[in-house]
Amino acid sequence: MGYVLEVAQAALALALAPGLAGLIRWLKARLQNRRGAPVWQPYWELAKLFQKEVVVSSNASWLFRAAPFIVFASTTAVTFLVPILAVPLPFDGLGDLLVVVYLLLLSTFFLSLGGLDPGSPFGGMGASREMTVAALAEPTVALAIFALALAAGSTNLGQIVARTMADPGAFLSPGHLLAFGALFIVTLAETGRLPIDNPATHLELTMIHEAMVLEYSGRYLALIEWAAAVKLFIFFALLGNLFIPWGVSVVLTPTTVAVAVASLLVKLVVLAAVVAVLETRIAKLRLFRVPELLSVSFVLALLAVTSSFLLK
Amino acid sequence: MRLLSKILRVGLATEPLAPGGDDVLRLLHEVDARARQLFGRALAIREVDAGSCNGCELEISGLMGPVYDSERFGVYFVASPRHADLLLVTGPVTRNMAVPLVKTYEATPAPKLVVAVGDCARTCGVFKGSYAVAGSVDQIIPVDAFVDGCPPEPTAILRGILAVIGRRR
Amino acid sequence: MNLEFGLMLGGYGVGAVGALLMPGGRAGRGIAAFGMVWGGAAGLALSLQVLLGGAAFTLEVPTLLSIADGLAFRLDALGAFFLGLVGLLAIPCGVYGFEYVGAYEGRYSLRLLGAMLNMFLLTMSLVPCADNVLTFLLMWEGMSLTSYFLVLTEADEPDTIAAAGWYLAMTHVGLALALAGFLILAANATTTAFGDLRTAAASLTPAMRNTVFLLALAGFGSKAGIVPLHVWLPRAHPAAPSHVSALMSGVMIKLGVYGLLRIGLDLLGGGPAWWGALLIGLGALSAVVGVLYALMENDLKRLLAYSSVENIGLVFIGLGAGFLFLGLDATAAALVAFAAALYHALNHAAFKSLLFLGAGSVLHATRTRDMNRLGGLIRGLPWTAAFFLVGALAIAGLPPLNGFVSEWLLFQSLLPGIESRAPMVAPLMTLAVSVLALTAGLAAAGFVKAFGITFLAIPRSPAAECAHEAPVSMRVGMGILAVACAVFGLAAVAIMPALAAALAGSARLPVPVPGFGSGVSLSMPSGFARMSPTLVALGLILITGAAWLVVRLFASRWPVRVSATWGCGRVVQTPRMEYTSTAFAEPLRRVFAELYRPTQDLSIDFHPESRYFVQSIEYRSEIVPWFERYLYAPLVTRVRRWSIWVRALQSGSAHAYLTYLVIALLGLLTLLIVRPG
Repeated sequence: MGYVLEVAQAALALALAPGLAGLIRWLKARLQNRRGAPVWQPYWELAKLFQKEVVVSSNASWLFRAAPFIVFASTTAVTFLVPILAVPLPFDGLGDLLVVVYLLLLSTFFLSLGGLDPGSPFGGMGASREMTVAALAEPTVALAIFALALAAGSTNLGQIVARTMADPGAFLSPGHLLAFGALFIVTLAETGRLPIDNPATHLELTMIHEAMVLEYSGRYLALIEWAAAVKLFIFFALLGNLFIPWGVSVVLTPTTVAVAVASLLVKLVVLAAVVAVLETRIAKLRLFRVPELLSVSFVLALLAVTSSFLLK
Repeated sequence: MRLLSKILRVGLATEPLAPGGDDVLRLLHEVDARARQLFGRALAIREVDAGSCNGCELEISGLMGPVYDSERFGVYFVASPRHADLLLVTGPVTRNMAVPLVKTYEATPAPKLVVAVGDCARTCGVFKGSYAVAGSVDQIIPVDAFVDGCPPEPTAILRGILAVIGRRR
Repeated sequence: MNLEFGLMLGGYGVGAVGALLMPGGRAGRGIAAFGMVWGGAAGLALSLQVLLGGAAFTLEVPTLLSIADGLAFRLDALGAFFLGLVGLLAIPCGVYGFEYVGAYEGRYSLRLLGAMLNMFLLTMSLVPCADNVLTFLLMWEGMSLTSYFLVLTEADEPDTIAAAGWYLAMTHVGLALALAGFLILAANATTTAFGDLRTAAASLTPAMRNTVFLLALAGFGSKAGIVPLHVWLPRAHPAAPSHVSALMSGVMIKLGVYGLLRIGLDLLGGGPAWWGALLIGLGALSAVVGVLYALMENDLKRLLAYSSVENIGLVFIGLGAGFLFLGLDATAAALVAFAAALYHALNHAAFKSLLFLGAGSVLHATRTRDMNRLGGLIRGLPWTAAFFLVGALAIAGLPPLNGFVSEWLLFQSLLPGIESRAPMVAPLMTLAVSVLALTAGLAAAGFVKAFGITFLAIPRSPAAECAHEAPVSMRVGMGILAVACAVFGLAAVAIMPALAAALAGSARLPVPVPGFGSGVSLSMPSGFARMSPTLVALGLILITGAAWLVVRLFASRWPVRVSATWGCGRVVQTPRMEYTSTAFAEPLRRVFAELYRPTQDLSIDFHPESRYFVQSIEYRSEIVPWFERYLYAPLVTRVRRWSIWVRALQSGSAHAYLTYLVIALLGLLTLLIVRPG
């Protein structure tokens, strides 16, 4: 029964992810006083991309063709491990929060290699910038994980959710809030959102994530775009379900699962709205100012660990 | 906060697309049904400036703004021709831009469409006969439709694009 | 005499003697390689016998060198692990070396190389077996000297002799410090056998124990490559032949860890918590410095050498956590931390050797180590590229390979420390965790650079264009290590208890060894953390396969079209247009500019007739590691000045020397008269 849940959870993530990206785009359009494309626009785009021809650079090797599948697979693998609908998950013993973080790093690694392969300067630039941002975001993620694990006594995701659900007061503890702040900044960094990276830019010199995928077309591009949307979904689900876990079903019954889906949607919509407003309000940071922002998030995570420790 | 209150005050600025304006659109041939079906809901455009005076570019940039809003039809602009379905070409093709235009066309995956915008794209406009001009767009790459005007209005360009993908509002 | 021990001695002996006697060519190389593989396999068998069987192996030859109690060998579980490491790496490096040194024929002496390599492996194998001070130091010195000659192999290259000089100097400084530590330890003991030292250590004063520990740390730390004693590593490892670099980086520096564990844990039996804190601090420093300098390197082998410094730093973080928990009497947590550190040492040996062998294959094909002259090698060297990719994934700590499992274990072993109430422990553990994560991210960036610039895109020089794949034996050597990388990660459930058993019983570590999970699931004995590298790997493969299948079924049937790389319509693409290794690391160079302090020289040549026309612009930027500039350069200058001053004593005149003799004699006679007995 639990395995059906796992598959359903992953399927839900894959199905909802493009809609989430489309929601943020729609909200930004409305904030720009435009009508904008409907929320389900990314689905049409993905469907179209799967039917397009694939053009591959003459300099590219087998890695260029394999990378989209590895990126997609590692991001999808994470959807099996993250508590989206219910805890405890039968795959809890497969991977904890550290496994999740490093699987996402695996996808970034291959995406960067795929950017370097065609030998285009934009790909190299995107790869170099992406790895810089990913490397500098790692300490924050590790410390935020440890802040959470300190409270829950384990890095196991189901454990962390159960602990927060059992102790509602912990939700407002400074350690919790600071860790949320730190992880929110890391979410923006890892998913390529303003102020770190502009997902809608056309200027190659301002790109980080987009620059790596300039050479991809057709179904490869579709897989990579989908994986990026799933990554956004995963981060939002983590932010929502680790810090505000109410709604996540503990006992599997149809009502609890329905409640879980509804609460997940509410959390996603709220986070999408926050990101959309943030992207409208804030301008993109210069690349060499991004480490300053990431060190702010590191300090927040450090304070989170310290306060969790002091108030335990 | 002032920004947010201003956004709320302005509301929706998009104007509905009025029908008509067929006089400036020249469809060279009926677009392949398969391409029309594929691009009906989502069309990625790569704009190529093949030596124009940028007058057409200013009009095209209006398409991305709130008033003309091409995105509501699923029509959006991309940075790389590898991601594109339609090439929006402006300008008389100058000698220096002839090869890059061909390379852009080759870089675009099939099925692909080309819409040439402006008088210069079809007839070389005021630059006809210049030593720097290689020829009109259809002499360099196969074109599916022309949108006349110097420069054409954003609504005309938008109608031209929608006509090419068979989606007339 | 144990059969495997004899076989090990015999194997390396045959290899050494055979290499010296054979006329050269394939036979000479073959016998050297054969000796290495035979000796290595026997060593591995012996170590497994002791590790899994439990009974230690002893051998005493007091008559062989009758000063200081002669030679004595005793292989307990701790030593067996390190012996196993030597044997494990000797096999693939031996197989690899067979074809690799073919390129040296006619240029350098293959006899010396083969003999020295076998002696190197023999002495390295005997260091963990040593049971008294003389044996230990004799084998240690043998290891240092043989490796010195090995580093000196390519004597034609410009940097080799300087590199070997640095290496020799630093390894002897380390030896002197370690010797001092042993002598203090032996002050109260009856003999210098390790058993006696262990019992005598209990009666040492805390000040003496601390001194011994610090001397051991300095001496063995310099062999391991801890900052700031690591400066020989980035010089010596690139200079040596690649399979020698693999052995040095994979095994020799781990013997520094062995020495520290032997003295600190086994003989001294642990100490106050600040020992662990010091180790964590030094380990964190080494990890960060190592990875940051690795990122800036354009020389492929120097990048790998700095990366070894980083990984040794991670091992020291684990060791430090172990000593810290031991000092706080949390013995169960200490055992887990030590086991995690040893596991990381094992994994590092596997993937670092693989990377060095891959770099050697690149060197063999293109004759250059400069990444800015390489590129596009994935077409000419497909197997090397695939193996190097496996090594790069492992060292970046990405699931599901062994590097990730050992980093996971290190993280989890540090977690109990964050909850501890003892003063300064929680901040130290937080520091350790942040450093661990930062180095993981930076290492991933560094190896995207190393793999991407070397193997992907377009060749940047004619040498890279006509590169050819490595011969079979080299591929087999790399293949063995690639398989080992995968297996060590998947078999962590079995390996960890064995490592814990190697340490249990020493100091106050608990003897009933905790379990680390069962079947495919790896779990921490204390907390609830669990993960399964096998199932993660399986899951990744299944999902990739499913995605490929679905895409195949539902995506369009257009054939893939090959076209030129999109470059904004530019007419032609040259290798000058792609990203270089320096460019890739540039954002990080800017971020950490305060640490690197790069120098910049810009000189512009104007046209003689007009200052508005530029003839040439030369830009040069260099990063000199700051500890070399501020620590070593003044030290070396001072030592030179002293030695010039001391040279005044060696005047060359026989009269002066006779005077010295007379003075010394008179002094001794006075001493005897004044203090009789």
